[in-house]
Amino acid sequence: MTDITHVSRREALGLLGALGAFTLGVRLRPAAAAEGAAAGGEVALFVSIRPDGRTLLTSHRSEMGQHVWTAMAQIIADELEADWAQVEVVQAPGDAKYGDQNTDGSRSVRRNLDRLRRVGAAMRAMLRQAAATRWGVDVEACVAKNHAVAHPKSKRRLGYGELAEEAAKLTVPAEPALKARAEWRYIGKPVASVTVPTVVRGGGSYGADVRLPGMLYAVVARPPRLYAPLRGVDDGAAKAVPGVVRTVRLPTLEAPPRFAAVGGVAVVARDTWAALRGRDALKLDWGPGPNAEYDSARFLEAMQKTAAEPGTVRRSRGDAEGALKVAAKQVEAEYHVPHLAHASMEPPAAVARWSGDRVECWACVQAPQSARKAVAEACGVPLDRVTINVTWLGGGFGRKSKPDFVVEAARVARAAGAPVKVQWTREDDLHHDYFHTVSVQRLTGGLAADGRCVAWRHRTVFPPIGSTFTAGNTTPSWGELRMGCTDVPFAVPNLRVESGEAKAHVRIGWLRSVANIYHAFAVQSFAAELAAAANRDPKDYLLELIGPPRHVDPRGEGAEYDNYGDSLDEYPIDTGRLAAVVKQAASRARWGRALPPGHGLGIAAHRSFLSYVATVVEVAWDSATKRLSIPGVWSVMDAGTVVNPGSARSQLEGGTLFGLSNALYGAITARRGVVQQRNFPDFRLMRMDEAPRVVEVHVVESDAPPGGVGEPPTPPAAPALCNAIFAATGKRVRHLPVFRDGNPNRLEV
Amino acid sequence: MATTLYVNGAHHQVDADPETPLLWVLRDHLGLTGTKYGCGVAQCGACTVHVDGSPRRSCVTPLRRVEGAAVTTIEGAEGRIAEALRAAWIDLQVPQCGFCQAGQLMSAVALLKAVPKPDDADIDRGMNGNLCRCATYTRIRAAIHQAARAVK
Ligand code: FES
Ligand code: FES
Repeated sequence: MTDITHVSRREALGLLGALGAFTLGVRLRPAAAAEGAAAGGEVALFVSIRPDGRTLLTSHRSEMGQHVWTAMAQIIADELEADWAQVEVVQAPGDAKYGDQNTDGSRSVRRNLDRLRRVGAAMRAMLRQAAATRWGVDVEACVAKNHAVAHPKSKRRLGYGELAEEAAKLTVPAEPALKARAEWRYIGKPVASVTVPTVVRGGGSYGADVRLPGMLYAVVARPPRLYAPLRGVDDGAAKAVPGVVRTVRLPTLEAPPRFAAVGGVAVVARDTWAALRGRDALKLDWGPGPNAEYDSARFLEAMQKTAAEPGTVRRSRGDAEGALKVAAKQVEAEYHVPHLAHASMEPPAAVARWSGDRVECWACVQAPQSARKAVAEACGVPLDRVTINVTWLGGGFGRKSKPDFVVEAARVARAAGAPVKVQWTREDDLHHDYFHTVSVQRLTGGLAADGRCVAWRHRTVFPPIGSTFTAGNTTPSWGELRMGCTDVPFAVPNLRVESGEAKAHVRIGWLRSVANIYHAFAVQSFAAELAAAANRDPKDYLLELIGPPRHVDPRGEGAEYDNYGDSLDEYPIDTGRLAAVVKQAASRARWGRALPPGHGLGIAAHRSFLSYVATVVEVAWDSATKRLSIPGVWSVMDAGTVVNPGSARSQLEGGTLFGLSNALYGAITARRGVVQQRNFPDFRLMRMDEAPRVVEVHVVESDAPPGGVGEPPTPPAAPALCNAIFAATGKRVRHLPVFRDGNPNRLEV
Repeated sequence: MATTLYVNGAHHQVDADPETPLLWVLRDHLGLTGTKYGCGVAQCGACTVHVDGSPRRSCVTPLRRVEGAAVTTIEGAEGRIAEALRAAWIDLQVPQCGFCQAGQLMSAVALLKAVPKPDDADIDRGMNGNLCRCATYTRIRAAIHQAARAVK
């Protein structure tokens, strides 16, 4: 399929177009089209070589700290044989022609490695041909290297820029020859990020940094509870605040939430401070709404009840119920992970500017096409009247896949008749997040007399993400279940997975690694609990559960299983790779070494987003002060082919600590439907003095196809931590977080 | 009411409520967007600037309090320490999303000015007010040590 094509200056205009440039683009299948469907008509993903040699390329994925700009550039520059110093990245706006632009699911590299390599290779072939024709020599005698084509025999050399105009006239090769893996110069190398030099000077533009002439600033007073109706507004005092221009009423959200705005009253002002003071002065009368009874403690009890009863069977092997009855020993445990907030350091922010019936938005979004659709729907304009410019993201973690804040900016700007920035405060962010769901897991294991696990039953209960898109949806989806629950790779003869129903009372969203967080926490904690019951070493027992190297296919046992959208042939559930990271992490942490008193090691391993991660955590508990600390963490990831092992290591460090931070402190709770956490003192994040001093990570070198990198590090962190706490203190933490309510890192045992 | 501000070596006339936090003056009035908003309540450090050489959370520093003082933001941070830190930040590839990093760097500059050879406990004290949701703490610590060695 030839999907690579020339791009006229007009087509690339606004992005990369320049006179005399050599520009190729890729036609991408729209995200919604079926696999195997023809590529769309419009060209996207431009790469352009200017006459001066500067090489510009588009990133259609959002830059949010995973250094995807750098990865995209590495892939193209490598096949193109480009000089890294001449490569620049331009962010693509939200447009269906870019195919799937959702920067989530850890798949930006997975989905683009091949096609980007082919673009670079095609350009290299054409540049060589252009040089060969100019010199009248055989193309095979010409070498493309370091941004130039050379003819070694005649010692002639032409830079890419000098060849651009002629290359632009050649036919695009259908199957350009790709470089051999051994010849890769940038792919697989820890190339320094293209954004970091800008970041350290305070440059770059995040969502909140966009400034337009005549722009006004707005903050929104939103319903204290989801769907609470606004019964009365007194905005007199707000409008009297100097600098406040006006207020704008936003319609109250109706179920399901999807990506619409939650409603409320916006205060528009000359600067953010005036808007904030104006909002403080609003007098709003909110009705109770349907969620006024939502109370986290009571809801937990309800979920516990559900998990205590049989649920819907989602995967079954052998006869788990029968085997549990006759097992020599039965072990049962219940785990709970509360709602979590994304709390990216940059709270949501978006700017909108109308002219006529067209609106242009600038926003820190992970999914610009969703933003475009949501704005078009909310404002009642056709899709082609909406432009979404993607800024840098100050962290996303899934929150910024939901463009409700862009909808707010578009609505408020239209009403205000001026460009408007809507800035979310941290309080807004914590109160009106699309929260990571709350869950209860109940696991029951049967052990034979020799300690082997002969039966495994896992019940999972959580309000599903589907509730955000379908009103009243209480049923966990296969997509959520296959994140660590129905895809459990253990070699136990009898296995049963059940799910229960649970109703959502807040907007539920996906947060870095999604359902893997609570499933891996339960499964990997329980594996260690079984080891303790069997009086075995937890690492050895985990390896025994994982069993011999083989490919696991949950589909034969009643589960619907989509393998993160990729085929099981290409990306099997490979227990050999899982066991290998367990062994490597254990050996790097020197598992089994003599530890100081009060110290303990815990291990956990998990496959998610087609990658394998094992983590060992060391904790230290001081029996005199009761203080718990984490002196060290060792993590090993096998993500197949990795484009940038440097940023993969960063993700492994950061994703692990992200998981530890949530496990130690993360909890969003509600009372009478109102979220209790206001700002960082209440929703605590790990700080410098709490971060482990030793963080050793290793990314496995592998030729396997690329797996995800951004999310897989997070799931094993929490169970490894709690397994370590158990090893150090004998206390088993089954309900997260470890520390609640401002507890200064003290653990009562 | 106009207030005279001295930021990054230049004078500015700002027409804003004197109670306005310096953060919003920098960002909204002067267009110095390198200084970030993360919490507004002195809990995250994203808004850290220097006022007469000392680190301050600009989100809780009213404009009237900095009239006549010398304010330095990430855009204006210069000198051997700032450049050594930037070089270490690049060398060790500290930033992920980068949003917290201006504040981290401003706190690190202040730390190395006060304690040229910090140990780990000094780094804990100097950097504890700066949150990083991407959790780049390990690299921040290593980069501060590296910069301290480089400055000599
Ligand atoms: S914004 Fe000032 S400390 Fe967070
Ligand atoms: S680098 Fe993202 S918050 Fe620190």
